[in-house]
Amino acid sequence: MARFLVSRLAQSLLLLVLVSVIGFGVLHLAPGGPMAQFALVPGMSQAQLAEIAHAMGLDQPLPLQYWQWFSRLLVGDWGHSYRDAQPVLAVIAARLPATLELMGAAIALAVLTGVTVGVLGAVRRDSAFDVLSTAGAMVALSIPTFWFGLVTIYVFSVKLGWLPAGSRATVGDASLWGYVHHLIAPACVLALVEVAVWSRYMRSAMLDVIDQDFVRTARAKGLPERRVVLHHVLRNAWLPMITLAGLELPTLLGGALVTETVFTWPGMGRLFLDSLGYRDYPVVMGILMVSALLVLIGSLMADLVGAVVDPRVRLD
Amino acid sequence: MTDAPLAPPRRLAALLSRRPAAGRARSGALHRFLRHRLAVAGLAAIALMLLACWLGPLLIPYDQLFIDIRHRFAGPFAGPHVFGTDQLGRDLLVRLLMAGRISLTIGFAAMALSTAVGTAIGLVAGYRGGLVGAALMRCVDAVLCFPSVFLLLALAAFIRPNVVTITLIIAATGWMEVARVVQGQIRTLKARDFTLAAELMGASGFYVMTNELLRNAVGPIIVAATLTVARAILAEAYVSFLGYGIQAPVASWGNMLNNAQQYLGSAPWLAIFPGLMITVAVASFNFVGDGLRDALDARVEL
Repeated sequence: MARFLVSRLAQSLLLLVLVSVIGFGVLHLAPGGPMAQFALVPGMSQAQLAEIAHAMGLDQPLPLQYWQWFSRLLVGDWGHSYRDAQPVLAVIAARLPATLELMGAAIALAVLTGVTVGVLGAVRRDSAFDVLSTAGAMVALSIPTFWFGLVTIYVFSVKLGWLPAGSRATVGDASLWGYVHHLIAPACVLALVEVAVWSRYMRSAMLDVIDQDFVRTARAKGLPERRVVLHHVLRNAWLPMITLAGLELPTLLGGALVTETVFTWPGMGRLFLDSLGYRDYPVVMGILMVSALLVLIGSLMADLVGAVVDPRVRLD
Repeated sequence: MTDAPLAPPRRLAALLSRRPAAGRARSGALHRFLRHRLAVAGLAAIALMLLACWLGPLLIPYDQLFIDIRHRFAGPFAGPHVFGTDQLGRDLLVRLLMAGRISLTIGFAAMALSTAVGTAIGLVAGYRGGLVGAALMRCVDAVLCFPSVFLLLALAAFIRPNVVTITLIIAATGWMEVARVVQGQIRTLKARDFTLAAELMGASGFYVMTNELLRNAVGPIIVAATLTVARAILAEAYVSFLGYGIQAPVASWGNMLNNAQQYLGSAPWLAIFPGLMITVAVASFNFVGDGLRDALDARVEL
């Protein structure tokens, strides 16, 4: 177990370094780069531009720049936003809770619905429900999240007037229902793709187990079908799902960005888009790194938890 | 099994089922593909869409850029504009079809590029193995840590967006899954006797990779490529919807939705039709990929 832990941690650290190299490369080698915003200021002379570049350390060789940037990253100095001179970490930290709240609600919804649909589909293999839910999952995976958001707003906000069309809360209304009311539509929209993924995986995980000998034994000794499915099949099928939770994090984060845009949800995704618009390079960079970090930590946790709770996982 | 009490719906199940009826399983990939009804429907939809997008605009008496301010926001299915008009009075149907040309072209081109890159990297990583293979695959893992929408937008914001650059960006963020599929496939093929036989006969590494290994991995690559078209069409829609992709006046399915949100109350059809086109196109490619997976007996999961 200890060896597994150490090697998995070492792997994650290596990935972290690679991720930072990629992130640094993406924004530095892109035309414009970090100087893009200054080049657009009218009346800026070449000499002044060179001076700024020098002050920012941009005239040094790239590997050196990378090393300085990375070592500052490690101690939590992520630079300052070009827009309002706030520390990048503080800017992101202010927006992260809203995103995590939205993602948490979507995951809860997706896991509950997806697992139920997947289990029912596997138990009634090839029934009308199974066939329709499998095809439905495929269609759900094909719907662009932002469009589903627009349709949701049109139906539930414009036509029916049941749900607010955006933002996280109404000004002056701090009640719990106010928050939940605003959360319903974006959480459902973000959850759609995940419901499809979870039901597909759950179904195939159930089918992997359902024909095994111990299930037949359980039936043969006269256990009610309900007990067989819930206690014997599901208990053995849900463990690989922990790993899936880690694998789905990038999709979920990407979906959150789009959902936040459509529903004007004040989270990290919207901050990312706003910062792109302003060429606020440090914040864009910071969010890129934070999202990759979340994915790294998430998949590490999923692997570790999966290894701890599932004795069948071989630790090598 | 619990099938017994569910007798009546089984007819529907049989109608849509992708599993060949027991005892009638015939060999042949084409045969297996044709049994997969949703995949066949998807293929038909793709063919129809290609035909409509490239021939349709020639038959419609409106130009996609013709602005007719007096007939703005004309509703669909009434009057001469079948799908209605947009905020500038442009015919929506002709714009949808012209946008389809752009979106589908980007989808296919990005697929070709990312499949080529992913296959090359997966092939080398799988065949060489060892340190080179491990290093290549760790790079794949590292790129996959970034949510692709974030990476796409970060890249798109720093370039001058047009069809070529957007295709390149989508390909740059979409080759990793193909690489993973190919690497896994090559690794198992490498352990087979025919590879050893070729190596013993003195074949070069390049010959073994292309003529022995790659040829036997064609099935999974085709499946992965089909699913990659679906992803690329979606990716284009996301970037263009968020304003960093194809720019007006050139229409793509994504950027047609860009303006639609503000007219959601008064002209919902502006949002509904482009979204439907994206969904149908992406779902078609996904269904075809699913059918090919069964037909070519390739266990590919993107």
